Amino acid sequence: MALPSYATTGQKIGWYSFLTYCGLVFFFLIAPIFVILPLSFSSSPFFEFTREFMNFEPEAWSLRWYRQMVGIASVGDTTVVSNKWMLGTRNSFIVGISATFLATALGTVAALGLSRPHMPFKGTIMAILISPMIVPLIITSAGMFFFYSKIGLTHTYLGLILAHTALGTPFVVITVTATLTGFDTNLIRASQSLGADTVRTFFKVIMPLILPGVISGALFAFITSFDEVVVVMFIGSVEQITIPKQMWAGLRQETSPVILCMATCLVALSIALLTTVELLRRRSERLRGIKLRN
Amino acid sequence: MNETTTGSILTTEGVPLKVSLQKAEKRNKIRAILLVAPLLVFILVTFLIPIGDMLLRSVDDSYINTVFPKTFKEYKKWDRQDLPSEELYKTMFFEVKDSEGYAIGKASTRMNYAKSGWKSLLKKSKRKFKKIEEGPYKEQMIAIDKKWADMEYWKALGVMVDATTAGYYLNAVDLKYNVDKEIVRQKENRRIYNHTWIKTFKVSVLVMIFCLMLGYPISYLLSTLPLKYSNLLMICVLLPFWTSLLVRTVAWMVMLQQKGVFNNLLVMANVIADENRFKLMYNETATIIVMTQILLPFMVLPLYSVMKTISPNYMRAALNLGASPLHAFWKVYMPNSVPGISAGCMLVFILAIGYYITPELVGGKDGQMVGNWIAYHLKTTLNWGLSAALGAILLGVLTVLYWVYNKLVGIENIKLG
Repeated sequence: MALPSYATTGQKIGWYSFLTYCGLVFFFLIAPIFVILPLSFSSSPFFEFTREFMNFEPEAWSLRWYRQMVGIASVGDTTVVSNKWMLGTRNSFIVGISATFLATALGTVAALGLSRPHMPFKGTIMAILISPMIVPLIITSAGMFFFYSKIGLTHTYLGLILAHTALGTPFVVITVTATLTGFDTNLIRASQSLGADTVRTFFKVIMPLILPGVISGALFAFITSFDEVVVVMFIGSVEQITIPKQMWAGLRQETSPVILCMATCLVALSIALLTTVELLRRRSERLRGIKLRN
Repeated sequence: MNETTTGSILTTEGVPLKVSLQKAEKRNKIRAILLVAPLLVFILVTFLIPIGDMLLRSVDDSYINTVFPKTFKEYKKWDRQDLPSEELYKTMFFEVKDSEGYAIGKASTRMNYAKSGWKSLLKKSKRKFKKIEEGPYKEQMIAIDKKWADMEYWKALGVMVDATTAGYYLNAVDLKYNVDKEIVRQKENRRIYNHTWIKTFKVSVLVMIFCLMLGYPISYLLSTLPLKYSNLLMICVLLPFWTSLLVRTVAWMVMLQQKGVFNNLLVMANVIADENRFKLMYNETATIIVMTQILLPFMVLPLYSVMKTISPNYMRAALNLGASPLHAFWKVYMPNSVPGISAGCMLVFILAIGYYITPELVGGKDGQMVGNWIAYHLKTTLNWGLSAALGAILLGVLTVLYWVYNKLVGIENIKLG
């Protein structure tokens, strides 16, 4: 929508001030994320733009925090003893990927059931399945802390994976049920009447059509686990460092610019995931013949 | 077609069609349930039962009964008028003397909630009781510490004789039991939770309002722009949504701190003097600013999806009929977008009310919400009953909101991009 050529001056002023306002809001949304990118290349140990840094003086710019992050650097005279960041990265990926697989499998199957017209108590069950997304993390963590320690799951990777699976499933359920609305059930009948059994129908007919939704859901589940810190703090052991946990520790105790480097990497990761999801969404809409984004 | 004399239709196998259909329906139902069952059981075991288990702690007062079972049995006989009998002193004496130090420590922490002073009394007594070999115990105990002759202490035990208590819930709203088990207000300097509840609601409502104020115009813009541009701008909304919460919080720390980007820009532009930099960090303002940015996508997505369905012809018609643009917006467009407004506001409020990480990192002392107190009692004071009670109240409020949200919007309509 643009202004028609006959717009009065008042309308023009109104329209452009509206656009300016919107521009500011978009700036408010995006600017904080990009402000950390240059700062991660600063040699200053504080989170601030120094005058030298702004003037592009070579010594004010450095990769020292990145080197420290990957564990090949020394700070002053003392070498960094252990590399918690790389350990955290490894753990985050182990927990994240396992939780994603579990959440995707459970969530996709459940979404198939929920989308059937015969499902009883659909609303209630849906509300229960989505609840991990709504219940505040601090309450979830407290509950898991007490219960998991009773059954010996605290301080184990299994405990973390199960907890993160529970947190990730709502996203899979939501995206897959969304993909399944408008799914032509006649395709299943056609497949079955042509002699395919349930499993074959699932993998050859249903799966290719809902795959974009499944992958989006999986990526959501992954990022949820990858970003989760409260549950990890409560049920993980001291050695079970993940990236967010290390960032949290970094923010509360030893404010180190390595956090900014890790943050930059995470922003890159989220851009990659977002791009994937957007491309998938468009593909899915093309497949289903929907033109509008919805 | 097989037609019987009674008139019911039969299938080719000779079964009435109605029965056969019911069977098929039932089979389909079972199949659907079987598909959902694994996840439902999983969520139940890994998520719902743990939360329920924790909530039970908010009324649980049984531990102390396992440490002093005989004392409490004897206690019920006491008339609460004069000092207890020698018998009650004796049972108390032996149960303190014979219990593990750990159990006494844990129990005395609980007793201290009812009447402060119990903890030190029991610690001292546990040490000195070892030397006492024979009765009468009453005098010897009072000789060790005069508190044993103080009726207040004995009366306070009455609050704990039942295995369940409402005490933690009372604490969570700045009330308490006095030693006679009457509900009274907390002392002036210990009233913190009502203030916290009000603050939590205030912050959540403000965040919701700010999100609406910022989100409504951009949703409108996004829904009216050609798809080519709106998809591009949508990235601006979705990228924060996909970016780690901690990353965004760090980013805001860089922006808002005393020597942060925002203050630097203002100083550079000579708007403020170097020494008058704004204190934007570690207070309630910071909590509100950061939470608004973090929750804004949850407002924009439902608003956008509703606005997308409002035909631009409505506005054109209104303008054509002589309404001013503002009037047309207010009378035609706005009412049509109400479902989006309610969906977005409720979602933002629901998510805001339980926030913990952001207030903890940027809120300082002033910007703490209920979630932070729950964590504080879980990790620092170990008053798990109180954190469970705070959690239960919060969860109760959320359940009501969630139920309303589900009725109004439908939980399956949550938008994720």
